[in-house]
Amino acid sequence: MSLQTLDPARPAVIPGAMAAAGLGPAIELDNVTRRFLTPDGKSMTALRDFNMSVDRGEFACVVGPTGCGKSTTLNLVTGLAKPSAGEVRVMGQPVNGIHKDVGFVFQADALFPWRSVLDNVAAGPLYRGLPKSVAYDKARDWIARVGLARFESHYPHQLSGGMRKRVALAQTFINEPKILLMDEPFSALDVQTRTNMQDELLSLWSGSGASVVFVTHDLEEAVALADKVYVLTAGPATVKSVYTIDLPRPRVMAEIRYDAAFVERCRTIWDDLREEVQIGQQRTLDTGH
Amino acid sequence: MTMQADAASAPFAAHRAVPTEAEIEAKARARLKARRALVISLRIAILVAVLGIWEIGALTGFIDPFFFASPSGIAEQIWVWMTEGTSQGPLWVQILVTLEETILGFFIGAVGGIVCGIVLGRNKLLADVFSIYIKIANSIPRVVLGSIFIIALGLGMASKVALAVVMVFFVVFANAFQGVREADRAMIANAQILGASPFQITTSVIIPSAMSWILASLHVSFGFALVGAVVGEFLGAKQGVGLLIATAQGAFNANGVFAAMIILAVVALVMEFLITLVENHLVKWRPVPYSEQN
Repeated sequence: MSLQTLDPARPAVIPGAMAAAGLGPAIELDNVTRRFLTPDGKSMTALRDFNMSVDRGEFACVVGPTGCGKSTTLNLVTGLAKPSAGEVRVMGQPVNGIHKDVGFVFQADALFPWRSVLDNVAAGPLYRGLPKSVAYDKARDWIARVGLARFESHYPHQLSGGMRKRVALAQTFINEPKILLMDEPFSALDVQTRTNMQDELLSLWSGSGASVVFVTHDLEEAVALADKVYVLTAGPATVKSVYTIDLPRPRVMAEIRYDAAFVERCRTIWDDLREEVQIGQQRTLDTGH
Repeated sequence: MTMQADAASAPFAAHRAVPTEAEIEAKARARLKARRALVISLRIAILVAVLGIWEIGALTGFIDPFFFASPSGIAEQIWVWMTEGTSQGPLWVQILVTLEETILGFFIGAVGGIVCGIVLGRNKLLADVFSIYIKIANSIPRVVLGSIFIIALGLGMASKVALAVVMVFFVVFANAFQGVREADRAMIANAQILGASPFQITTSVIIPSAMSWILASLHVSFGFALVGAVVGEFLGAKQGVGLLIATAQGAFNANGVFAAMIILAVVALVMEFLITLVENHLVKWRPVPYSEQN
């Protein structure tokens, strides 16, 4: 049980539990700074000198105060946003446009409401030019894996929030992403559904060998899911500390929260995170936005 | 403890028998049915009252039927047109001519509006450059263009179609443009990451999400197309319901004006119904609005 706090200026390189030997990290953010230009022409820094490294097959969680720039890290990895300084590498290559090995699960509902569950899940393979029959066979398989076989022809509005998230997971996993980015995917769900979805995610992930970056504001969720937890500072975000979570897998969400080692981890990291949350809140109160 | 409660409520239970599920449902259904009957009978009552007052007013001379027509006179006029034909030929030919102009103008204007709306909505530079001209063109009272079209395209069908196109285009364009602009960012990003090309994003995300906006505009703009065609005929034509109105006006025939108006209203309602059918087919994925659920 190692508990490490790293100097944020140094790239964090911790061998993950499932890291494939001999290969470089799946995702690297190297001294990345990201500035936004607000509509009135002012520049706002979301990320500053940000270093992060996720090994192949590793599950990394990013926690930090609200609005500190957690989601920006994911947008940089997808290539939808470009770093103002520094370099982002995926599978050793600098990010240039959208990488085909990347999958993304959004916080908001990003399913296509005019497509049935089957058509939603088949969207990825169809976009990528697979023949229709292959795409739909694959989609049926993934729908069955997330337990929605009886809902293939339903439209998203006919499903519950948890079921829609299952569809979103199937839609992402069907492309067999080697890199899975998740932006607070379960934050809108109720507690019981969230626990189920976390188990679902872990079981889908454990068979995939994908590297995951999971952004959340829920520390317990982060500790329960991750191999490695990045704590960010209040914006502009930079890595405050990195913790390795070596709780044994497979983990069962409903039980892990009563595990003494889990509680201990949460308390340690919370002591670290709390400071930043307070800074973030105070800044919001001071500036009024 | 339940025993006590049961014993306490036993005397009351005899008085108010607990209704079963089926009884509650039957009661609710009966209430719904009664309400629907009430709404329909009130609608009929209002129609009868308005027409009745109008007719009595016309008979007693309170309303001058020479200027304001009378329901019986209008009905008679429609009957005459249907059985004996109009001064310009059979009634159905007039309706067909107007309908053809309207539908042609509607289609050309709608397709043009949708295409331009999507192209401009997807291209920020084009949108910024052209938005000012669209705004200017939209603020011109376009009916006036009818005169130009009559001069340029003659008394035939082309001038009416052109006017209908102009009436429809801007409404559909504005809605398509807005619909494209309002397409959900997360949904577009999702499609991009799933592997969609820009063209696939346009066809599979942008157009379907703009569809609600476009369809809403089609409802309004069919009415505009009809106005365009009728006004065009009004300004100068050889056939059509608009000409029928112009002729009736020239002959101080108020009944004829109202009769033509009613014919146009019926045409518009039928077309509106057809558009609704198409719309329901296109957006069957949409949740049923709450008001239609019960």
